[in-house]
Amino acid sequence: MAKIDLNNMEGVYFDILKEIGNIGAGNATTALAQLLNTKVDMKVPKVDLLEFSEVGEAMGGEEQLMAGIYQLVEGDITGSIMFLLEEKSAITLISKLMGTPEVDNVSEFGEMEYSALKEIGNIITGSYLSSLSMLTNLKIISSIPAISIDMCGSILSVPAIEFGEVGDKMLLIQTQFSDEMKLDGFFILVPDLESYDKILGSLGM
Amino acid sequence: MGEMIKVGMADLKLCKAPDAITTLGLGSCIGIAIRDPITKVGGLAHIMLPDSKKIANNTCIAKFADTGIAELVRIMVAAGASRTRLVAKIAGGAQMFALQSKSETMAVGARNAEAVVKILGEMKIPILAQDTGLNYGRTVEFFPETGDFVIKAVGRDVKKI
Repeated sequence: MAKIDLNNMEGVYFDILKEIGNIGAGNATTALAQLLNTKVDMKVPKVDLLEFSEVGEAMGGEEQLMAGIYQLVEGDITGSIMFLLEEKSAITLISKLMGTPEVDNVSEFGEMEYSALKEIGNIITGSYLSSLSMLTNLKIISSIPAISIDMCGSILSVPAIEFGEVGDKMLLIQTQFSDEMKLDGFFILVPDLESYDKILGSLGM
Repeated sequence: MGEMIKVGMADLKLCKAPDAITTLGLGSCIGIAIRDPITKVGGLAHIMLPDSKKIANNTCIAKFADTGIAELVRIMVAAGASRTRLVAKIAGGAQMFALQSKSETMAVGARNAEAVVKILGEMKIPILAQDTGLNYGRTVEFFPETGDFVIKAVGRDVKKI
């Protein structure tokens, strides 16, 4: 029997997941700074447990264009992780990384840009997962990333469906990176129920 | 023109002409539009998963194809639609990410579409048109007045089915 109920997740459990979100996003910031070879600041991430109907709104509307980089998580825990970037942030990041002028629209992205975004997602989620792994002493491996640039709602349907199998809410970690530019990114980590127990168990809960 | 009613994820609502009803950014989920062409009572459901019986936590009826369609039909009939005249149009069920995996979740779009077609078949509600599968998100608008089901996707022409 699972100890955790996503619909009634309160107090200390939520605080722990929030703290993992903080540490993970911190490490992701360091990774991003190394990648761009520049100073990157991070605002304190916002961690929310949201109803499905609220998630699209929280990310700027269901039709907001976003790049979603999605990876499966395996090892001691199983599930998936997604990193989402707003269209504008994706354009800025790509221009910065590749040293090319900013395009007007993500539809101008070619294979190279898609590939670069996948790699950015991979590095950021990787650093997030490695902090989770260090904290919990659990082995966590992520799969090769897949990318989709589309309406926020449709990208979110993928993790939402995974959350939907266990509850009616979704855990969203919102981070804002900034140096000269502002980047809005979101993490969605979807461990299956037994994995939640493992994570909390390994933290002595 | 009436109002545009909004349906969220794992949600369903009734809509009578001249109002119209929409749901934004369908990915692997399915939008099921049902209508009685005579009374022009319509409705739209945005379901996420095929089968409520396979999931322990199934209190949210609008989340599943089986319970969601049944509930939509129930409220439509209560609002004056004829059970025998109902017709449906469906959209969504995309596979958003091309990821190789053992996980069933990746094919959930196709499983959703399959379940919806089967359930509507069992309920003897004809599917007049559908736009499902592939790998992109869809916003849909349904007009119970005419039965038009308008589908919008990023970088594609608007489709009317």
